[in-house]
Formats: sequence, structure tokens, C-alpha cells
Amino acid sequence: MSSVLYDVPGPKARRVSLIGSVVGSLLILGLLAWIIMTLAQQGIFEGRRWAIFTRADVWSLLGNGIGATLSAAALAAVIAFPLGLMLCLLRISDLAVIRIPIRVVLEFLRGMPVVLMMFFVLLVFGTNAFIAVVAGLVLYNAAVFSEIIRAGIQSLPKGQREAGLTVGLTSFQSRMIIELPQAVRRMMPSLVAQLVVLLKDTSLGYIVAYGELLRAVQVMADFLGPAFLFPIFFVAAAIYIAINICVSRIAVWIERRGTKKAAGGVAKAEPEPIEAAVP
Amino acid sequence: MDAILENLPLYWEGLLRTLFLSTVSGVIALVLGTLLAAARVSPVAALRGFSMTYVEVLRNTPLTIAFFFAAIVLPRLGVTFDQFEVAAIIALSAYTAAFIAEAVRSGVNSVPVGQAEAARSIGMKFSQVLSLIILPQALRTVIPPLINILIALVKNSSVAGAFFVLELFGYGRQLANAYGDQVLAVLLGVAFFYLLLTVPLGILASTVERKVAISR
Repeated sequence: MSSVLYDVPGPKARRVSLIGSVVGSLLILGLLAWIIMTLAQQGIFEGRRWAIFTRADVWSLLGNGIGATLSAAALAAVIAFPLGLMLCLLRISDLAVIRIPIRVVLEFLRGMPVVLMMFFVLLVFGTNAFIAVVAGLVLYNAAVFSEIIRAGIQSLPKGQREAGLTVGLTSFQSRMIIELPQAVRRMMPSLVAQLVVLLKDTSLGYIVAYGELLRAVQVMADFLGPAFLFPIFFVAAAIYIAINICVSRIAVWIERRGTKKAAGGVAKAEPEPIEAAVP
Repeated sequence: MDAILENLPLYWEGLLRTLFLSTVSGVIALVLGTLLAAARVSPVAALRGFSMTYVEVLRNTPLTIAFFFAAIVLPRLGVTFDQFEVAAIIALSAYTAAFIAEAVRSGVNSVPVGQAEAARSIGMKFSQVLSLIILPQALRTVIPPLINILIALVKNSSVAGAFFVLELFGYGRQLANAYGDQVLAVLLGVAFFYLLLTVPLGILASTVERKVAISR
């Protein structure tokens, strides 16, 4: 491992670094040990608390929770993406009458907490929790997708659109046939990163009483007794985080693959990794 | 409309608490995030590994789970707080720090190699290279994304409303229950106050982006 930030370590620096590593690891291990000791004093590791995971109904409840989480996320993503494309086309329309109101709406949607939108749909339209969760996710993520794709279209060289118009395509045809495909491909890493955000945000369904994974944890803990809260929470959180890490890995993989193929071969792709990482 | 006007003091209190949560967690997250980013590029392998694991896990943890842990699981484990604000601040700053660490790290990577090489060639140590040469430039380039993360933080603080903290969203929920016939107005009022915080920050981000942009 060499870095431009420090010299290739000599024997002395290596020794210091090794000592640092050992001390650092010991500190972290010590902290972990302390946490485990504290937990053990609370009786967290008693077998009976974990024995619930041998029961099929616990797993079926957890499974239902995961199913609810994933189905809300999938439906929201499937609706939000086309909607985002459409909003993006309207947002960059040549007509100010369309462009400006859409811009205001997008700014409004992006400046709003997702949970507030879910709550809004739930109460104002009196829908069930599933529709509220999906609607909240769709509204917010369509706005974000639209902004990402817009950034992609604006990063294209001007010549793309000019060439399209020159060969006689209408403005709309040029957007659809020439610009959008390139923009979407270029922005793939950001789009997939946003999918991770969407998946994470389904957990907000807990707040509007949608029966997703975290709600399932709460229900089981209420039913089985507080002693089981930690084991169930621990397993559910691990499952949630594992799913998210998998999707994030796919995003990273697409990003690598994208840069290798240089997204359509025009200019260098600059998929703003920093912007994409906004929670 | 009456519901909003009658309860303006509550909205105001909620706004202040949202602002308080965001500011305190923002400052903690900035410090923690910068330290994590420094650890991520340091020569000590254990620090690198720790920082990498922390960022990877926290970035992929839904915020609601972080809140659930801090506000419901921790008290059951014997870590109790006098006020739920503390739990909210722990959850928000631990979560946001991971994103700030990533942003600062990409800022460090954006500083030209020559800067670090020049610093090393005049005999600076790693800590000096980082604190005197690299970080000041890196932080400057990442100000706009950092502001975006802070905007997200303001919006994320709304989750605290569901975990026993009465901030803007928390009061919104209370008022929506109390004024069943004016839900639309009550919630639009909450939305308005959120926009009051996020829109100026967004404008600030784009202005700063133009001002501090370093042409390389």
C-alpha cells in the first residue's frame, strides 16, 4: 500500500505504524469487549433469548417484514423512474410556461422530508399505509431522478443535440433518441446509488405504521416481551444492512464498468460521486 | 388556516428544535466525519480498516434503524438518557458522519498529487501534509456537497419526531391529530417551515459552488 500522502515507510516508520496498528486494534477490540461484557451483564447472551430463532413463526414474521420492505421499494422504483424521466423532459422544456412551474414543484419536493410526504398522503388522502409509503417514496425519488438525469443531459457535449436537430429530428425526438439514452447511461452510478437511498427510506414506513421489517421487530418485541427486543432487532438490522450493502456493491460495480467503457464514448464521464452520496 | 395561526408558537418551537438538532448533530458529524476521513487515508492499517468499516456499515443503515437503536434499544440495555434529544443527536450525527467522511475523502482525492508530493519533498510528516496542505484544499472543494449533506440532515431530523422528540414533524403529528378537519393546512404549514430551512441552504450551496470553484 503506497500513497502520495506519506513516504514509503522505512524500517522505523514501519515499526511505529505496526505498533499503532496493534494499539489501535487493541483499543477497538477492548471497546468491543466492553460492549459485549455490558450486554452479557444484561443477560443478552442467554440461550433462551436467542432460541426464538429456532421458531418458524418468528422467521415467517421477519420474512413478511422483508417482503413488505422490498415490495414497497420495488414498486416505488418502478413508478419513480419513468416519472422522473418525464419530469426531467418537462423541466428542460423550451417553453418557460412548462419549465418554471415544474422547477418550483421539483424544488418543493426535494426540500421536503420523505416521512412528511408519506404522512401527508396517509392523512390527507386517507390511503392505507402501503400506498402512503409508495407515494411518498415516488414523489421524492422522481424529483431526485429527474435532477440526476438533467445533470446527465447537461453534461453531454452541445454537439449531440445540435447534430440531432440538424438531421431534422424535432426537439422532442432529439431528447428521446439522442440525449436521454446517453444521459441515463452516464448517470447510471448515481441512479443506482439513489436506489439504495430509496431502499433505505422504506424504513420510514415504520413511522406511518406500515408493516415493514422494523415494524415487524417492534410487533414481535411487544408480543414476546422486551427481553427479546435486542436479539430480534440485531438480526433484523443485520438483514437490512446486508441487503443495502449488496445493492451498494452493485452500484460500485456498475460505476467501475461504466468508467471502463467510458459511457458511450463521448467525453469523460463525470458521474459526481459526491452528489450521489447524499443521504 | 386557523389551525396554523393559532399554533404559530408551537410551529416556532418546533422549528427551533429542528434547528437545534440539526446544528448540534451537524457540528459533531463534521468533526467526526473529518477525523474518519483522515483515518481512512492514514498510514496506520488499523485506523484505515476501522474507518472503512464504519463508513460502509453506517452508510447502508437506514436512519430509522439508527434511531430505533438509539431511542428504544439502548435504554433497554441500560443506557438511559434524560432527554430523547440526546438519542436523536447520537443517531443523526453517527449517521451523517459517514456521509461527511465519504465527501471529505473524495475531496482529498481531488487534490492534485503534486500538492502532497511538494509537501513531502520539503520534509513534512503525514500529519503536517494532511492538516496544512491537503485538508484545507479538500474541504474547500467539498463545501457544496457538504451543504447538500447538511440539507439532508435537516430533512432527516424529521425522523426524530417519530422517536419522542417534539420538533417540527413531531408537532405536526400532534396538530394533525388535534385538528382532524384541517390536516391539509396543518401539514402544509409544516412543509412551509421545512422549506424555510432547506431552500435558503440550497441557494447557499449553489452560490458557494460558483464562488469557491477552483479551476484546475
